[in-house]
Amino acid sequence: MYAQMVTSEGKAPGEDLSPEEQAFQDRIDAGERIEPRDWMPEGYRKTLVRQIGQHAHSEIVGQLPEGNWITRAPTLERKAILIAKVQDEAGHGLYLYSAAETLGVSRDELLEKLHTGRMKYSSIFNYPTLNWADIGAVGWLVDGAAIMNQVPLQRTSYGPYARAMVRICKEESFHQRQGYSIMMKMAQGTAAQKAMAQDALDRFWYPSLMMFGPSDAESVHSAQNMAWKIKINTNDELRQKFVDQTVPQAEFLGLTVPDETLAWNDEKGGYDFAEPDWEEFFEVLRGNGPCNEERLGARVAAWEEGAWFRDGLSAYADKAEARRNAQVAAE
Amino acid sequence: MKKQWPLWEIFIRGQHGMNHRHVGSLHAPDAEMAINHARDVYTRRKEGVSIWAVRSTDITASAPSEKGPLFDPAETKVYRHPTFFDIPDDVGHM
Repeated sequence: MYAQMVTSEGKAPGEDLSPEEQAFQDRIDAGERIEPRDWMPEGYRKTLVRQIGQHAHSEIVGQLPEGNWITRAPTLERKAILIAKVQDEAGHGLYLYSAAETLGVSRDELLEKLHTGRMKYSSIFNYPTLNWADIGAVGWLVDGAAIMNQVPLQRTSYGPYARAMVRICKEESFHQRQGYSIMMKMAQGTAAQKAMAQDALDRFWYPSLMMFGPSDAESVHSAQNMAWKIKINTNDELRQKFVDQTVPQAEFLGLTVPDETLAWNDEKGGYDFAEPDWEEFFEVLRGNGPCNEERLGARVAAWEEGAWFRDGLSAYADKAEARRNAQVAAE
Repeated sequence: MKKQWPLWEIFIRGQHGMNHRHVGSLHAPDAEMAINHARDVYTRRKEGVSIWAVRSTDITASAPSEKGPLFDPAETKVYRHPTFFDIPDDVGHM
């Protein structure tokens, strides 16, 4: 759900598979990993590029709301930790772009699509980080929600994607814990600090639930992606798991989840909870969230303003190579 | 941007005495920058003591379609494993 609502390019249910497609599906059903040079249906390739690309974009756009607080972190230790986390997100973006590139698309192409609005990143990063407790809430809730999705994706059918996920999940756990540690500090602090923590939870609760996307129990896209094992759980399953895990953590903090209908349901062994406002979700996806313009603007500016530097390094590399070649020729 | 930085495959030696292992890839304008980037991306938590960077285009890979001819012949050669041979207990540890 760092990749949301990924449209599948697969065949409609009931449509016959060619012998090649059937053999491919059999490999996936047998739990085999698909590797870059293996034969794969064009729809599988396209859908994966879309999903991994969106996931990668989310990682690097996700640096922005947190980067916002680096210069204002309350202590040097918190600052060092936040820098490390934001740097991790850049790394996660790189692992994922690399995985996408094994499918025959270039990173520059993917960035171009992000910058021109033809590819999306997760809706969550279009919300602002207004106070320091928001950095805690982002780590605790946003990274917590991401982990829900990313842990099962370690078993996804596409080898390079699965391997990137293994690496990411290792680091993601640090992210969630550092977020919760900030929340604990704030929740146990002065009345004003606790109020900031509550305010952060109030604002990030529903956008975090939206990260999983609307219910897709009936979606054919979802069914195809699950058959291909590039999606492991339904959105509702993951959302339920997230709520069940997070509510006790909020109780420990002495904070209140902003949902009056929230109640334990013995029968299903999980919480009943209110759905987020899906109208708002679709508005954010359409580009009308609180920070869409700012986030994309920052990405485009970073890319354009860094062009001279990238080109400079290329020019230096070319010159050094020419010099080496001339030396070899002279010898 | 005028041109895309080439792709490098990164291999890391996790500890002294171990093999370098492929950990992933990255873009860099030259070998020196590839090592610098690999340090930043793949060894932030002391994951390595040595880095190799190889231009992706310099790697020759076997084709998936060659899997049979390349690897199947080993299937009938179980005698290559030490467990193939029964050594009487009286001989002792071997």
